[in-house]
Amino acid sequence: MENRNGALAFTKFIALLICLVLFIFPFAMLLVNSFKENKAITSSPLSLPDSFSFANYTNAFGKMSYVSAFSNSVVITVVSVVLISFLAAMTAHYFVRNQTKLNQYTFFLMVAAMIIPFQAIMIPLVKIYGSIGFLNSKWALIYMYAGFGSPLAVFIYHGFVKSIPAELEEAALIDGCTRTQTFFRIVFPVLAPTTVTIAILNVLWIWNDFLLPSLVLISPDERTLPLSTFYFFGTYTVDYGPLMAGLMLTILPVLVVYLFAQKYIIQGVMQGSIK
Amino acid sequence: MITEKGLWNRLRLRLLFTGPTLFAFLAVMIIPFLYGIYLTFTNWDGISTSSSLVGFENYVSVFKDTVFWQSFLLTLKYVFISVALINIVAFLLAYVLTSGLKGQSIFRAGFFIPNLVGGIVLGFVWQFIFSNVFVYVGKELNIPLFSASWLADPDKAFWSMIIVTVWQYAGYMMVIYVAGLMNVPKDILEAASIDGASLWTKMRKMILPLMVPSFIVCIFLSLQRCFMVYDLNLSLTKGGPFKSTEMVSMHVYEKAFLSRDYGVGQAEAFVLFLLVATITIAQVYFSKKLEVEA
Repeated sequence: MENRNGALAFTKFIALLICLVLFIFPFAMLLVNSFKENKAITSSPLSLPDSFSFANYTNAFGKMSYVSAFSNSVVITVVSVVLISFLAAMTAHYFVRNQTKLNQYTFFLMVAAMIIPFQAIMIPLVKIYGSIGFLNSKWALIYMYAGFGSPLAVFIYHGFVKSIPAELEEAALIDGCTRTQTFFRIVFPVLAPTTVTIAILNVLWIWNDFLLPSLVLISPDERTLPLSTFYFFGTYTVDYGPLMAGLMLTILPVLVVYLFAQKYIIQGVMQGSIK
Repeated sequence: MITEKGLWNRLRLRLLFTGPTLFAFLAVMIIPFLYGIYLTFTNWDGISTSSSLVGFENYVSVFKDTVFWQSFLLTLKYVFISVALINIVAFLLAYVLTSGLKGQSIFRAGFFIPNLVGGIVLGFVWQFIFSNVFVYVGKELNIPLFSASWLADPDKAFWSMIIVTVWQYAGYMMVIYVAGLMNVPKDILEAASIDGASLWTKMRKMILPLMVPSFIVCIFLSLQRCFMVYDLNLSLTKGGPFKSTEMVSMHVYEKAFLSRDYGVGQAEAFVLFLLVATITIAQVYFSKKLEVEA
């Protein structure tokens, strides 16, 4: 019995390992080829590079305007996520503690709106904000993310605020806190684990989003990383070396973050799905 | 709950706590959505400042637009196959990865990696794999299946979309299934084993019924994401060869922003919304009935 279980576990392990290798294979190919010259890439894509040259990387770094695209992405993602978390937590808290008919209907409207796909809104969205000249800026994009991100965030916070005992807040109010202070000093810190979940779900979405920024950000110096990767690929279609390096450069920051925050990211996805 | 005194104080509090969120939500989602419905009754071309009402003409054009329906059918086929494969692969991975194997958290983390990267980048990576690496392997080893780029053949390009989609989302759904499987009570499974239930019986009679909530979430998420696929479609196949893999979302985009047929484009987007909403709500509604308690 012992032996049979051991053999079974070993087979499972090997099967999984093969699956994982297949899963990672595209990224490995990318990494290997990003160090090679164009000729070597097309003639033997599987072989290891002869020498480690970072020429492709410096090339891609300049052509993609990596620094500008990277900092645009960071600013947009960080500000949007902070904004969504704060605003949604406040709104959800208000909805839970003031259960009027109006609030319940508004909450229901937000939950129902989650079913609307972005493609059903994008045309009128561009028309409305284009006509008032509010496109082509990071801040317009952040404001839109706050709008698109709020329903899910309010929904998740709503569930968790309900589990905070109202007595906790009442005690603070009796001790002389205002409602605003109570929220920021008592409620928001208690909601920290939920905030981590919401931040992770939103970072994964906003950092990688392509369609919305491609409609809002028109000028090259406002581009985010996915946008600049896309235009870089469109312009240099046959120059494989720098293209591979460019893709590596786009993936690398996320992988580094994942290395350290892996546990939280997996947990965040788990938490976010249990509705 | 202690409430603030005075109408002004209460109003100020309401504005502070719900004002910004509701403003952004209404201005970015609800108003464009309603305005979009109005747009479907106009013939706006995207440039002129005036447009006139044309009644249901745009909807008539939608029903006559065979390309739209073709790409809708193609999307339906793509969604059906992808959603089925994503959930089968994800469930199997999750099942094996909750059986107490050594290093299972490392495996989970590894399978999740494609979800960290956006569809645009993944599409480009796989474009290279399909049209260079596979072709190279096919020629070296004399495998006719791989000796020409899959992306140049309409049928194989469609399957390459499915392969990449399954690869991309299986890890995400796996994480959700892992969470579900960990909540299946161990004691009832043990009791069943003692009573002589085989693995297959336990799976069919206990694990699968108890996992229905996870299946609902995963199928809902994968349906929504696959129906609306755009990034991957754009970077992997660009809808080609010869528009044979143009999914419906890309068709709507081109109708509106490239052909400048905003009225028809928005009408198509709206029809698409109605169809997808119906399918996803029906899925959740009918599968809720399968839920059981341990």
